[in-house]
Amino acid sequence: MAAGELRPEAAVEVRELAAFFGSRQVLRDISFEMPRHSVTAIIGPSGSGKSTLIRTINRMHEVVPGARHTGSVLVDGADVYGEGVDPVDVRRRVGMVFQRPNPFPTMSIYDNVAAGLRLNGIRGPKAQLDQIVEESLQGAGLWREVKDRLATSAANLSGGQQQRLCIARAIALEPDVLLMDEPASALDPQSTLRIEDLMVQLKEQYTIVIVTHNMQQAARVADFTAFMTTLEEGAPADLVEFDRTDAIFTNPARTETQDYVTGRFG
Amino acid sequence: MVVLVVLGLMIWFTTMRSLPVVQATGASFVTSSDWLPSAGDLGTLSFVYGTLVTAAVAMLLAVPVAIGVALFLSEIAPKRLRTPLAYLIDLLAAVPSVVYGLWGVLVLVPFLGNHVWGPVSDHAGGFPLFEGPATGRSYATAGIVLAIMALPIITAITREVIATVPSAHREAALALGATRWEVIRLAVLPYAKSGITGAVMLGLGRAMGETIAVALVIGGSSTISASLFHPGYTMASVIANEFPEATGDHINALIGIGVLLFVLTLIINVGARLLVWRTARKLR
Repeated sequence: MAAGELRPEAAVEVRELAAFFGSRQVLRDISFEMPRHSVTAIIGPSGSGKSTLIRTINRMHEVVPGARHTGSVLVDGADVYGEGVDPVDVRRRVGMVFQRPNPFPTMSIYDNVAAGLRLNGIRGPKAQLDQIVEESLQGAGLWREVKDRLATSAANLSGGQQQRLCIARAIALEPDVLLMDEPASALDPQSTLRIEDLMVQLKEQYTIVIVTHNMQQAARVADFTAFMTTLEEGAPADLVEFDRTDAIFTNPARTETQDYVTGRFG
Repeated sequence: MVVLVVLGLMIWFTTMRSLPVVQATGASFVTSSDWLPSAGDLGTLSFVYGTLVTAAVAMLLAVPVAIGVALFLSEIAPKRLRTPLAYLIDLLAAVPSVVYGLWGVLVLVPFLGNHVWGPVSDHAGGFPLFEGPATGRSYATAGIVLAIMALPIITAITREVIATVPSAHREAALALGATRWEVIRLAVLPYAKSGITGAVMLGLGRAMGETIAVALVIGGSSTISASLFHPGYTMASVIANEFPEATGDHINALIGIGVLLFVLTLIINVGARLLVWRTARKLR
């Protein structure tokens, strides 16, 4: 790992992380840093624990019965698994966008964006809420399409619009970090490009971590790329290599990475 | 198909049997509460009233408890407690209704009459609903027995509906920093709302149709009284109580009450469905 080349300021730091579902270990000895105001892509074949890894960052991993971990995850220098740390607070600071768009189907577009704000007791005057909703929808590139129908159900939007609504819902809370778990895998190419453009814009304000098994996507949007895979049959997944994206794709240090990015494996 | 044929035959038979006497009585069959079959008075309003009041009391008590229990069992209770507790609730549904009735008449009627309804009406008797003299055999007691009987159905179906809430919705709420209660409010209840309404409808059907348990505790009075602590009658229980001794038009009138009860439950069911459908559509 070419750690010396990284910018020193890490938004997320993973240290000696291992993750388990019951007695089955899925990740082992993962350590790396995700620099602030950049897009970090996590690539690797299916079942290599990419989603599990980012779910440990906002403590969504432990929601699954039997799931546990060892090691630590630091967001802005503070251990999210530290004593007395409430997972609810962690999730408020670390936003997440899921593989399938999951807006609340019974809520309006407006209420979807405002849901997180209301949850976290941000009340203030209606005008202030209106403003945050508008800014978030603008940030997610959805404002122009929905501004005249904010009160209609979110279920009527297209898949791509729903996913951007989920992004707006996440950034309305102004998280430090935005995790995206294959955010475009359920979308058509047009919508995928919009989401990718959005990531590049959003990294100005947020630190973005994206899981993808689309290597072109990683090459297009990510500043840094982590390659994960299981090195031995049946063993937990390892972080094979982490570096600047161009290095991963043009001059990887490990043959496993080389094989994966050139399509010879995975 | 077979079910439809049987249902059709049932409706046809009961309607045919009761139609002549209902026609002879005219509108007063449903608008009058004078019930004296020996004198030819066949007004059934007091039974309709009793059915609606006891069912309303039962739903008022059972629905919040049942939904609370279902949420507790599926969202909050520790994993190893869920199955045994759910089994216990299901067991309530397996108790024969006559056993509920006997327990009601031997335990609830004296206890509630002397220690609950009496004191309440002494203190709040000015309010028509709680007017005295309070007796154990009353609308209120019947409502409580019905609530206990409707509880397991509503709980079981609500649990099943909650289990169908996609985990994507729960995760969406969790990832926004929702607590357990907020997940319920944000993701579970809105999604499960129409299913829970269905559960309540089934419970309501049970409460309106229940016969023997109500017959034992309601007191058997064909008068309409605003007070919940007065005795009354319901449509199902009057049929059960009077059928063995009835003859001629009396029998046909009782069958007519059965048809009326069927129509009433049908109207309430369809009405509730429409309500759910309209609120669901308003969101679009």
